[in-house]
Amino acid sequence: MSAADLIIVGGGPAGVEAALEAEAHGLSVILMDEAPQAGGQVYRAPPRAFSGAIQRQADPIGVRLRDRLSASRVQQFFDHTVWSVSPGFRVDALGPKGPVSYEARAVLAASGAQERVVPFPGWTRPEIVGLAGATIMLKSQGILPGRLTLVAGQGPLLLIVAIGILKAGGRVAAIVDLASRAEWLADWPALASRPDLAVRGLAWRAKLARAGVPILYRHAIRQVEKVGARRVSVTVGPVAANGMPLAAPLRGFEVDAVAVGNGLTASTDITRLLRAEHHFEPLRGGWAPKLDAYYRSSVSGLYVAGDGAGIAGAAAAACDGRLAGLCIAHDLGTVAEAEFRRAAAPLRRDAARARRFGTAMAKLMALRQGQVQAIPPETVLCRCEDITRAELTRAVGDGARSLNQLKAWTRCGMGPCQGRICGDVVGAVLVVEGGTREDVGQFTGRTPFRPLPLDQLAGDLAYADLKLPPPAPL
Amino acid sequence: MIRFFFDGRPIEAYPGESVAAALRAAGILALRRSPREGSPRGSFCWMGLCQECTVVADGVRRPACRLEVAGGMVVSSGAVP
Ligand SMILES: Cc1cc2nc3c(=O)[nH]c(=O)nc-3n(C[C@H](O)[C@H](O)[C@H](O)COP(=O)(O)OP(=O)(O)OC[C@H]3O[C@@H](n4cnc5c(N)ncnc54)[C@H](O)[C@@H]3O)c2cc1C
Ligand code: FES
Repeated sequence: MSAADLIIVGGGPAGVEAALEAEAHGLSVILMDEAPQAGGQVYRAPPRAFSGAIQRQADPIGVRLRDRLSASRVQQFFDHTVWSVSPGFRVDALGPKGPVSYEARAVLAASGAQERVVPFPGWTRPEIVGLAGATIMLKSQGILPGRLTLVAGQGPLLLIVAIGILKAGGRVAAIVDLASRAEWLADWPALASRPDLAVRGLAWRAKLARAGVPILYRHAIRQVEKVGARRVSVTVGPVAANGMPLAAPLRGFEVDAVAVGNGLTASTDITRLLRAEHHFEPLRGGWAPKLDAYYRSSVSGLYVAGDGAGIAGAAAAACDGRLAGLCIAHDLGTVAEAEFRRAAAPLRRDAARARRFGTAMAKLMALRQGQVQAIPPETVLCRCEDITRAELTRAVGDGARSLNQLKAWTRCGMGPCQGRICGDVVGAVLVVEGGTREDVGQFTGRTPFRPLPLDQLAGDLAYADLKLPPPAPL
Repeated sequence: MIRFFFDGRPIEAYPGESVAAALRAAGILALRRSPREGSPRGSFCWMGLCQECTVVADGVRRPACRLEVAGGMVVSSGAVP
């Protein structure tokens, strides 16, 4: 087993900037990511084997990020899925050649975000994909969700996906947006902090208008039903400001795909597993690790940056990553105090500015209580185990109060996604049924972070070798 | 183009493409059935988390969205992870 000063999990803007900064200050750095190349979710690269147009369309920020990383001495392990981080620190990953593990004095979790989707009847149908997932299809795989797609949910990904579909030659039946027009405009001051993005947003809206794509503000999907072999019928209706459905008028769309998403939540696999302290920040995606101004979590040597520390967007992730890299070098003793102060001040200013824009976007993505209250009883909440809202309500009646109790009662969160897809919404449902986010808590972190093909692990590794913190009581 | 097999049916794909993308482009959306209701499921999150896209590829259970197509690969659906 080899060692480094710092292991970074996640090669998005946060992880790559942190790696470059830490390496520039003399740390030996290992960077791991399960994707084949750096860029993270936002700058996800098309496969190397793809040629021509799709490579040229790759975001130049991502291309530069990859170029700078390959010119550095950071030790890079792409195609490596990190499945455990144990105290001390030891990081275990599964790569193309089998299991690997590395030790380091410090770990930076830069593992980004995941998408939340508020369930509605029919949301498990295969015609329906996540909004964030749709961005991956478009920018990395060069495919459309369908020929005619309804784009629904909330937040900036609505526009990104609708425009991406039009640019790729697809059609958009409508954009169904939870927010009102006024809510988008309310954030103009923050948008003005990134005039480039504000201008892009306006150009996008003009393009949608030219293409005749209706935008239904303050609307949400009520249900999706299969009609015929290749189509689904989507019922859409108006909602109040808190997300609660209003009676009428309902509208129907027949499409062959739906892209729907209701905001992002921080990926907290590593900080939950290591029992770091978390707090609930509704305007930054919900549960996030508690950090100090040096990106330190409550576990000594464990740092967090980027969307994994609470949703703030790609630009903020890059700034925070650089600053976190510098802070870690400072803590590990390769940057003197005076130099640290000098270097940190401008980075802190950049980070604060970038966060203003990101926070405005994250606000549009925040979950609203009425959205959760309105989920009908027969709706599946936990896709892995097909557990409905009615079953959840019954478990609450039987005394389940926290997510971990619910898991023991109903198997909700026990399936292969380990509650990553449903956890935030199910937590919100438990709150609606009577409780606080703090009582409800999070699903306890467990290994492996992803289901692994066990035969690939069989080599020289045994789960029993791993030092894991004791499981939290129910 | 390269070719692989899904439930015995030949599917054309671009080198480098994921199995999930190639299947979706070929109009195949349902990749498995859910364990309790047996309802059809397909690729959903596209980032390796939901496991709704799980298939069996050359004998190993893998999320199709994170699996690159290889020529001659034999993929089957119906895996309940
Ligand atoms: C699917 C998806 C698509 C998105 N698309 C856009 C978009 O088009 N435009 C936009 O502005 N914002 C987009 N966002 C929001 C965007 O992710 C963030 O603002 C930005 O990418 C955050 O950067 P980051 O460095 O914090 O994390 P990310 O860019 O998410 O990078 C995290 C990296 O960690 C890796 N990782 C996580 N867990 C593990 C593990 N266990 N083992 C190995 N590697 C791991 C991931 O593969 C990923 O590359 C998207 C978010 C998601 C979830
Ligand atoms: S689509 Fe979610 S894991 Fe593949």
